Amino acid sequence: MSSRDDILASIRANLPRVDRPLPAVPLFDDSSPASLLAAFKDNLHRMGGMFLDPPASGDILTPVRAKIAGAKIVCSTVAEIAGNRDIAGVSKPQDLADVDFAIVRAAFAVAETGSVLLSDANLRVNAVAYLAQHLIVLLDPTDVVLNLHHAYRRSEFRDRHCASFHTGPSATADIEGVLIHGAQGVRSLSVLPLARAASTATH
Amino acid sequence: MNTSPAMLHPELLAADDPHAIVREGRRLDHAEAASKPLRSRPEPQPRGAKVHGNRPIDQAEAAARFIAAPEHEKMHDERLWDLRQKRDREMHDIAEWEELRSLASAIKEHTLTHIDEYLEQFEANARSNGIHVHWARDAAEHNRTVHSILNDHGAKSLIKSKSMLTEECGFRPYMASVGIDVIETDLGERIQQLDNEDPSHVVVPAVHKLRTDVAEVFARTIGTDPANSDVHYLAEAQREATRPLILAADAGMTGCNFAVAETGTFVVCTNEGNADLSANVPKLHIASIGIEKIIPRLEHLAVFVRLLSRSALGSPVTQYTSHFRGPRDGGEMHIVLVDNGRSERLGLEEFWTSLKCIRCGACMNTCPVYRRSGGLSYGATYSGPIGLIIDPTFNQSKYSNLPFSSTLNGSCSNVCPVKINIHEQIYAWRRVLVEHHETPFAKRAEMKAAGELLSRPAAYRAAIAAANVALAHLPRWVIYNGLNAWGRHREAPQPPKQTFHSWYQANRGEKK
Repeated sequence: MSSRDDILASIRANLPRVDRPLPAVPLFDDSSPASLLAAFKDNLHRMGGMFLDPPASGDILTPVRAKIAGAKIVCSTVAEIAGNRDIAGVSKPQDLADVDFAIVRAAFAVAETGSVLLSDANLRVNAVAYLAQHLIVLLDPTDVVLNLHHAYRRSEFRDRHCASFHTGPSATADIEGVLIHGAQGVRSLSVLPLARAASTATH
Repeated sequence: MNTSPAMLHPELLAADDPHAIVREGRRLDHAEAASKPLRSRPEPQPRGAKVHGNRPIDQAEAAARFIAAPEHEKMHDERLWDLRQKRDREMHDIAEWEELRSLASAIKEHTLTHIDEYLEQFEANARSNGIHVHWARDAAEHNRTVHSILNDHGAKSLIKSKSMLTEECGFRPYMASVGIDVIETDLGERIQQLDNEDPSHVVVPAVHKLRTDVAEVFARTIGTDPANSDVHYLAEAQREATRPLILAADAGMTGCNFAVAETGTFVVCTNEGNADLSANVPKLHIASIGIEKIIPRLEHLAVFVRLLSRSALGSPVTQYTSHFRGPRDGGEMHIVLVDNGRSERLGLEEFWTSLKCIRCGACMNTCPVYRRSGGLSYGATYSGPIGLIIDPTFNQSKYSNLPFSSTLNGSCSNVCPVKINIHEQIYAWRRVLVEHHETPFAKRAEMKAAGELLSRPAAYRAAIAAANVALAHLPRWVIYNGLNAWGRHREAPQPPKQTFHSWYQANRGEKK
């Protein structure tokens, strides 16, 4: 017998003979904060991320331009702002090792946890969101769901090969509980609320 | 801001904390970060249990050495208690917390009782997404399977994220024996690998080490300044040392927290993003998955993701929760589904629900025995309360003492996000081990006598009355002798003046 058949046979011989029905999971959305974006912002901050408040007038990308002003290598996968490393020309993930800032768009965000979802469609080359030193995420303020129950109804989890919730930067406190940002991945994660241009909408 | 002021060892509280990350006046304590600044003094690190083949592990002996290192013991106790308090804070923030626990338990019990069907569904969906699916009966087959995949790709170096399953399989020693260079990418796990020690905790593998211990390990292995134990310096040095290895690796490996049958997705949760680097930088990604990780649908995943990091670390979610459903363009993805004793455990009537475990470590953080003895004192892959009920399924003789390393206070069961009755299973294992004669003579003789006594109420009452008189009058050496492990590190309680039974008879009993 193959290992597969062996394991399945052993399972069937040992299955507990008890009746355990599968429960339905509620959405737990009876109470919702007045502003999902404000709740997202607060939880993002708790998790070490930064929310970039857009300027009251003028160029909405000013906070992003300020962040990348001193950077040598910027890789952008969004139409709204250009970098100097073209992701289309990247033949292997290792080519992204020297990126200072990556700029990407989130599929959506979760208010409960302060998370943004980045899928392979958003990243183009997945590694860009982990090898870059810093990550800047554009988020359409209307793309915020209340909690993870709502989040897992989104199509990305059925359509994409890779989709990841990023909640703040790479972090560790493995040594004596001292918090470090930038354990192996990005040292900072910033989110700028910016509506999608109609042509770049993915859903 | 101190959100949880209650400290077990107030002397550890540092007056200042120049390296804390503060945002808008708030001290950040996400991930596994302490909610308050803690400082210890240097002290040589106590090592774990002495392992002699299959001979029973003497957990108490190793625990005594840990306790004899007070800086280590206090820091360990304090940090884990802090995680427990952060967990409570998160719990109180969520009105539906208890409902989530009940759902998680019910989903897991349903899945485990239909796990053959869900495994087949998962396999079919993963295959149709382009994932190669392998099955391994045991640890040896898992290791051989991974080795053969690596060989097919000519891979000589492997970057990996932390996985208790690969620890269980003895994966690193096996790979070393066949000439594959394995690089752990989680900071805590990397520290443990470089120090040639096992992880001492399922979530925070180096929690038993002080910063000065890490400084010593890094000075010896990656060339840091031995006099510099600044945590930011140590973490940065490790990042710089590991990154070239990540970029040059031939293959990447991850574990799995949850595998979703309806989509063929596996989910990996980390704080460092190291699993994502392991999965997304090399062309080849291999994931080792214990068969009990299966859940039916995405809607169920929400319940577990909401519970996992809150229970483990008191953080709303891990920094990264990554969903892998298929290989990326130009990449190749393999899954190894591992049994290694799990299917047999399903058949243990009293113990099968231990398979509900999602490896959050909440039971360890709350356990007074674990907190004061360190995970390595258990001499097994799984330590703390969950270890006490899983380890004997791997080797009843070697781990025969472990179920006795518990006060049976039940705190582990109370914090378990999937409602495993851990303390009741610990108690049940004691009975099984005694029946199988896997307990030392002194314990067996005591329990045999106790069993006979407890089965006869009249004799029990007479004995308790006599024992209370005896405790009050016997010389110390009779009570605190080598046969009574409870007397070794603690005073026996003051005997009551009256037994409960005689009090009840006098006050509430039938008036005669």
